[in-house]
This record gives sequence, structure tokens and C-alpha cells, in this order.
Amino acid sequence: MSDFLQRFGRVWLGMVERLGRATLFLAQLVGGVFSLIKRPSLLWKQLHASGVMTLSIVLVSGLFVGMVLALQAFNTLIDFGQENRVGSLVALTLVRELGPVVTGLLFAGRAGSAMTAEIGLMKATEQLSGLEMMAVDPFKRVFAPRFLAGVIALPMLAAMFSAIGVLGGHLIGVEVLGVDKGAYWSLMQNSVSFTSDVCNGLIKGLVFGFVVSWIAIFEGADCIPTSEGVSSATTRTVVYSSLAILGLDFLLTAVMF
Amino acid sequence: MTPDTAMPEDGPTLVQIRDLHFSRGSKHIFRGLSVDIPRGKVTTILGPSGTGKTTLLKMIGGQLKASRGSIIVDGLDVGKLKRGQLYELRKRMGMLFQSGALLTDLSVFENVAYPLREHTDMPEALISHLVLMRLHAVGLRGARDLSPAELSGGMARRAALARALVFDPMMIMYDEPFTGQDPISMGVLLELISTVNTALGLTSLMVSHDLEEAMSISDYLVIISEGVVVETGSPDELRASTSEWVQQFLQGRPDGPVPFQAAAPNYETELLGESSASR
Amino acid sequence: MNSRAIEILVGLFMLLFLAAMFILSMKVSNLTSLTSTQGYTLIAKFENVGGLKERASVAASGVRVGEVTNIAYDPETFEASVTLSIDESYASFPMDTTASIYTAGLLGEQYIGLDPGAEDDVLQDSDEITLTQSAIVLERLIGQVLFSRSGGS
Repeated sequence: MSDFLQRFGRVWLGMVERLGRATLFLAQLVGGVFSLIKRPSLLWKQLHASGVMTLSIVLVSGLFVGMVLALQAFNTLIDFGQENRVGSLVALTLVRELGPVVTGLLFAGRAGSAMTAEIGLMKATEQLSGLEMMAVDPFKRVFAPRFLAGVIALPMLAAMFSAIGVLGGHLIGVEVLGVDKGAYWSLMQNSVSFTSDVCNGLIKGLVFGFVVSWIAIFEGADCIPTSEGVSSATTRTVVYSSLAILGLDFLLTAVMF
Repeated sequence: MTPDTAMPEDGPTLVQIRDLHFSRGSKHIFRGLSVDIPRGKVTTILGPSGTGKTTLLKMIGGQLKASRGSIIVDGLDVGKLKRGQLYELRKRMGMLFQSGALLTDLSVFENVAYPLREHTDMPEALISHLVLMRLHAVGLRGARDLSPAELSGGMARRAALARALVFDPMMIMYDEPFTGQDPISMGVLLELISTVNTALGLTSLMVSHDLEEAMSISDYLVIISEGVVVETGSPDELRASTSEWVQQFLQGRPDGPVPFQAAAPNYETELLGESSASR
Repeated sequence: MNSRAIEILVGLFMLLFLAAMFILSMKVSNLTSLTSTQGYTLIAKFENVGGLKERASVAASGVRVGEVTNIAYDPETFEASVTLSIDESYASFPMDTTASIYTAGLLGEQYIGLDPGAEDDVLQDSDEITLTQSAIVLERLIGQVLFSRSGGS
């Protein structure tokens, strides 16, 4: 029994230690962001890597999610004679929840894991050490640009996801299922508030972007510099990011809505 | 020649290490290591694998901190420098990693130009001049637009050398430069290291276990084992050494002071059980 | 990929984001009504607001002229106090206008309908609509029907 407790305690202590390291890492990350103002070209490059490259998967997913939502919503609402409300349901679900959350998960899987793998590989091939020996701070040149790019890109992608989702919902709801076009849009407009729904959705995106980028970069920088180490770091990024997104989503929803 | 009193007669020392202690986890890597690295010479640090030779280079460069002892480079105590001062010192040192450590997303030219672009405001024409000169010195001017993935191991190291030289450092550290090289690349590297050292008046500090190559170009050798310096001297002095240990190392004998069998319980006992040993 | 191509792509990315935000704010949410012309406020007190919600429509002759901005309970008069925001271009409601709570369709959401009266004086900003008709509460209606039925026979 005590052996079990010992191991359990050690595991937990290890996690706490890791969390502490990660927090100190975050402090250095944020510090590095300020120096980015002098070298914006680094940021554009990372925005391209994280944002533009995730765009296609986000748009396609958004379209399909919007279409599925409209379909399911219609099937349920028609029993109450409220099928005109499909627009409201699709829009609110997307803007408040699915937009930020699904985009966050997609981002973690695509851009987050790529960041971890890239940085881990840089560590394994001693590029990070090389930079340090050239008196270049890897936080400023490598980590901070990726971090800021993630924080900026995720809410933007979430907005695009929601927008195309609503359009997808329109496609199915109005064109295919026959919901009245005017009703779709006007009832939607009445129920979706810009400040409390759209803006809160953006805030969620920002928080998710912050957390996913932090985890991805930390795991990469902290990994064991072997091919095994990089691979498990990448897996950890996706798993922890996903859990963090879902957990934070609950917290944020409880606070905001 | 004892480690603590041996000092080369040519010129003052560039790097002075005193009573260095360092451990990783429960493993003690250095237990009171002291050595002087002479200025302007090619010094090689030799020793069996795992003795922490690469760790020593990292400590000289300030990437790792000693638990006890001091490393003084050109009069500055590396362990006590603040971040900004450490970065300034690093600009005067070049380091060649085992794999070259070139940035994979930049071309060879851009890699060599990187330190210049990062730390200076030099105009493009000047940068181009300096880079091409360095590339020419290592024989890679024609490879300037290749990406690191397209280079062979030897070429990557030469490119990394060009990059390390771009600021005319006072010292270059080489981490296992000869490992896994074919004879021609080996010859090229050897030639470069000694030429560069003489032509630019550098101090070269190599870490290696390729004995023949290291001894052929070094002025001074330092042998490390079990976390301390075991023997120092010029290649000739070492070959004439009477120490059993040094002779085993130099001649590559499998058994001697460093035993073939790792410490283990009695062979008979382990195979046949306790009763058989007493028979 | 050279930096020029990267910058162009990132620029397009930004444009797409702005387009998405445009769709979300203009077409999806109520931003248009938020930023539309200023309105003036009227208060109406009801005995029972039923299912009336904030941001519900305020209509006159079936045309939307404003929205409900606040619903509160007045502990002194024991009535619900509803604040309406009416579009400035409809500033000619007479003082004896009636505000009633209607239901859109049979089971739809509730809104406030304004039936203008005949007085000359016009409702100004912060005036109170005195004539109000509360929402129809289903239970009471059924109760009334039962009562009249039993009384009639």
C-alpha cells in the first residue's frame, strides 16, 4: 500500500514540477513576445505556418459541421413546429461553442503538433544550442513568434469556422430542407448577440490559442532530444491541448453564459 | 606530469578551469577538474566515452552551470556572468556541434550570414562579402544556395565552421569533429582546423576520441577520466608517458587499468549457483 | 517559400477573417440593430409579462419599431416595469397608445404591440405608456372558460 502511495505521490510531484517549469517557460515566452515588435517578419512566417496552413481543414470542417447541425436541428425542431429556428440554433451553437472548441481541437492536432515536432527536432539536432552559442536567444527568435502566431490565429480561425458553418447551415436548411430564408436569417439575428455571443466566442478562441501554443512550444522545448522523445512530446501536445480546451471551455461557458 | 602544476610554456592561458564539480542526477561527471587551455594553440580533450567531454564544452560556453569550481575565459568567470555579459562573451567564441547544428530552414549562405544579421546592422553588401570569404575559406562558396538537408555530413560541418568564424572569434570549440567521417572529409577537416588556427591566431579546443587524428594536429592534449584530468602534455610527451592507463588509452588495448569486464559478481557463482563455488 | 508569397498569403488570411467577422456581425448577430439610429425610451408597466424576454420586438401595425431593453419588477407598484427602446424615426405615438403583449403565432415568442390612440400629445423620451394589456396566461384563460361555462348553463 505504501509503495503504491509512494509511486502515486512521485507521479503527482513530477506533474507539479513540470507545471512549474512550464509556468516559468511561459513567463519567458511572454517576455520574448515584446521583442517581436522589432522583427515582425518572424511573426508573419509563423502566422502562415499556423494560420494559413490550418485554414483549409478549418473551412471544410466548418462547412460540414454547419450542415450537420442544420440537419439535426431541423429534425428535432420540426416536432415542435419551430423549424424556422434552425438558423438560431445553428448560429448560437457555432458561435458560442463549436466554433472555438472544434477549431481549437483541429488547431492542436495540426498546428500544435507541428510546432512541437519542429521545436523538438531543433532541440535534437542541437540547433537550439547552436543559437544559444551564437548569442541568440531562442525564446525571442524561435518560441515567441510561434506563440504569438498561435494566440492570434486561433480566434481568427474560429470566426471563419462559425461563419462558414452558418452558411453551410443555410445551404442545408434553406436550400435543401425548405426553411424560409427570411425566417432563417431574421430569427438568427434576433437571438445572436454580437457582444455576448460573437465576442465571447472570440475570447474563447483567444484563450484556447494561448493555452494550445503554450503547451505545444513547451513540450517541444522540454522534450528528450531523441526521435522517441520528440514523438511522445508531439502526442502529449495533442492530448493535453485537447483536454485543456474542453476543460477551459466548460469554465469559460459557466462564466460567460 | 601532474595535472595541477602542468602549464604549457607558450603564452598565457585562455581558459582556466579550477576544481570543477558537476553532476547530472546522481552521476558525478566532474569531481574537481582543473586544467589550463593555452592561448593560440590547438588543444584536444581526450577520454573514454561518457566522461563528459561535450558537457565540458557546454560549461565553458555557459550553457551549463557548475555546482562548484570556476571556469575563467579570458579573465571572465563564466559562472558569474549576467545574461547580457554571457551573450557578449559567446560572440567571441565559436562552437562547432557534432551535427553542424545548421538552421534547417535557411540556405548555407543564410546560415553563415545569420549571426551577422542578428547582431549587427551591416549593409547587405558587406554581409555578402564576409560570408563569401568565410565560405571560400572552407571550400563551400559553390554550395552557398544549398539547404542543409542537401549537404553531406562533412560539408555541413564545414558550413558550420564558416558560421563559427564569421565574427573572428578568439576561440573555437569543436565537439567530436571527426566522428563518422570518410578519410577525405577527415583530411579536409584536419587541414581546415589547423590552418584556421594558425592563420587567424585562434585558440582551438577540440573534444574527440579519434586519437590518431587529434594527435596529428594538436599542440596540447588533456586526458580526462572519472571526472578529473589524468594526464596532460604534448603528443610526444604523452607517447613517452609511463602511466599504464595512458598507454592503454593511446594504444587502444581492450584490457588494462580500464578493465574489459564491468564490475560484476563472481562468474562461477552467477552461472552455477552458490553451492558450486564452495566445491 | 519566399517572404513575399508568405506576406501575400497571410494578408489573404486576414481578409478572410475580416469577411468572416463581417458575416458574423452583420448577418448572424444583432449588430445592425445595435448600431442603428439612436432610439428614445418609453416605460410600460404590466401586471404580467408572461414569456416576454429582453430584446423582444416592439411592433406597431406589425412593423418592428424597436425592442425591449429591460424587464424589471417594481416592488412599490407590484408590477413589471418594461423599458422599450423605440427608433427615433417613429416619434409620433400619442399619449394614449396601448402597449399589449402578443404572441407571435400560436406558440411563438412574445412581443409588444403598440396600438396608437387618438390624443394630440405625443409620447416623449422617458414617458410612460399608461394603457397596457398584460400577457394572456393560459391557466387563467382556461379558468375563465370553465367559469363562464359552468355559470352559463
